[in-house]
Amino acid sequence: MSILKVNNLNAWFGEHRALNNIKLSFDSNKVTALIGPSGCGKSTFIRCLNRLHEETPGASASGQVILQGENIYVAGVDPVRIRRKVGMVFQKPNPFPALSVFDNVVAGLRLAGIGRKSILRDVAEKSLKLAALWDEVKDKLNQPGTSLSGGQQQRLCIARALAVEPPVLLMDEPTSALDPISTAKIEELVLSLKKEITIIIVTHNMQQAARVSDKTAFFLLGELIEFGDTSQIFTVPKEKKTEEYITGKFG
Amino acid sequence: MSLNPLGDFTRLHYKRRKATNILFCSLMVVSTLIVVLALGAVFGYVLYKGLPAFNWPFFTSLPKPVGEVGGGMLNAIVGSLIMVSLGGLIGVPWGILTGVYLSEYGRGKFASTVRFSANMLSSVPSIILGLFVYVILVKPMHRFSALSGSLTLAIIMIPTIARITEELLKLVPNHIREAGLALGLPRWKVTLRIVLRGSFSAIITGVMLAVARVSGETAPLLFTALNNQFLQFRLDQPISSLPVQIYTYAISPFDDWNRQAWAGAYALIVFVFLINLITRVIFKPTVKGLN
Repeated sequence: MSILKVNNLNAWFGEHRALNNIKLSFDSNKVTALIGPSGCGKSTFIRCLNRLHEETPGASASGQVILQGENIYVAGVDPVRIRRKVGMVFQKPNPFPALSVFDNVVAGLRLAGIGRKSILRDVAEKSLKLAALWDEVKDKLNQPGTSLSGGQQQRLCIARALAVEPPVLLMDEPTSALDPISTAKIEELVLSLKKEITIIIVTHNMQQAARVSDKTAFFLLGELIEFGDTSQIFTVPKEKKTEEYITGKFG
Repeated sequence: MSLNPLGDFTRLHYKRRKATNILFCSLMVVSTLIVVLALGAVFGYVLYKGLPAFNWPFFTSLPKPVGEVGGGMLNAIVGSLIMVSLGGLIGVPWGILTGVYLSEYGRGKFASTVRFSANMLSSVPSIILGLFVYVILVKPMHRFSALSGSLTLAIIMIPTIARITEELLKLVPNHIREAGLALGLPRWKVTLRIVLRGSFSAIITGVMLAVARVSGETAPLLFTALNNQFLQFRLDQPISSLPVQIYTYAISPFDDWNRQAWAGAYALIVFVFLINLITRVIFKPTVKGLN
């Protein structure tokens, strides 16, 4: 069943058109990988899915993005409410400065006005366990989030995103700043998380896409070239461009 | 020319590089020493001159008439505390809010005008700002007052604090803001509780530098707060301040007053030093605990 449906999505940076009539739908509890060369619009695309794209000065978007039956691109929809349902993890680990591990995880709840210690503690533990970080940080919840290692910081950011219980999680090249071991941990995490949540992951690493995703979408120059089951995209792509990209002829 | 790693060219080049390195390292050390020595000299000399009159009565008693020995600067100490606190109360939030606007929301012509004005304002001599407050507050009130003095100090603080805040907030990478927005938080909360919070201790350090700076302002206070030989706490009355009292005593022909001026100078330096020290201890980058 599809949880998120995109119809005729266009995005601009000023006059420059970054996305051209994208049509795509995401099944719930599946992992979808977005691949394509740098500058092809993958990141812009996922940033449209939580309406973060429009926060860039001069950027705009139009079209339909239907999240659980609601078009989030009609007038009057509050992007703040949408972003609570569509979490995001960024390329670089970005724990909030001067906040402890604990405060980082519960930031989304606490700043939304939930102050009950018992609730926050439960959520923190649950989210950190989901992010496979609990065992490593349970004794240093009071230490600054920035004191963790890069890989741990990224899992902390995942825990932070999970704490507000979004049905969809966007990941924008979440392992590109990490070492192979941390990368493997995040990949395992992605596979285990899909029981709970729908994941859309942008990656430059094609093996990663093959390892973690159920579906793959190939973007090129702001167009969606091909979308299908990951096994099909990587073995018998329908489009010549897809094949050329996957076999390393360009990109 | 070939770049033979063992050739004369390379060896000469290496020697020159070594020499340049030594030259610039020594220049750095010398510059650093001069700065530290200057601070030490000022501190030492003021201590030497000020210590004889730097005693308990200095802090607890009012100035005595000329000819009588003793007396202190209680009026000036209280006056400085009142004006610096009230000035800070007005200037610090104002400056920080302006800085937040410039860094987080300000785009286009209006913001660059504000930024330019802040730069200009911080380079306007403080005596002119004193004259400005004289015209807008002292004249209509028909008297010098602690309020006018405080407002002057606030105006001197605002541009400095605004620019410091702006620069520090600009150091926060944009993806931190985006991470906050992506959690479904409104922008003002992200700005206040994540961006500003993260830079808070650095901003406070900057703010305290500005506060320390204005606590030594003399000229603009001559136009606004004037001076007062008596202890008073009312905001609508002329009030004394350490710098003005130092000025008055230092140019007087009486030895006893001169000595007290030195003691006042010493008190002012200690005051500024303490402000710096205390903020460093209190606002050390810390993380709020679980409980």
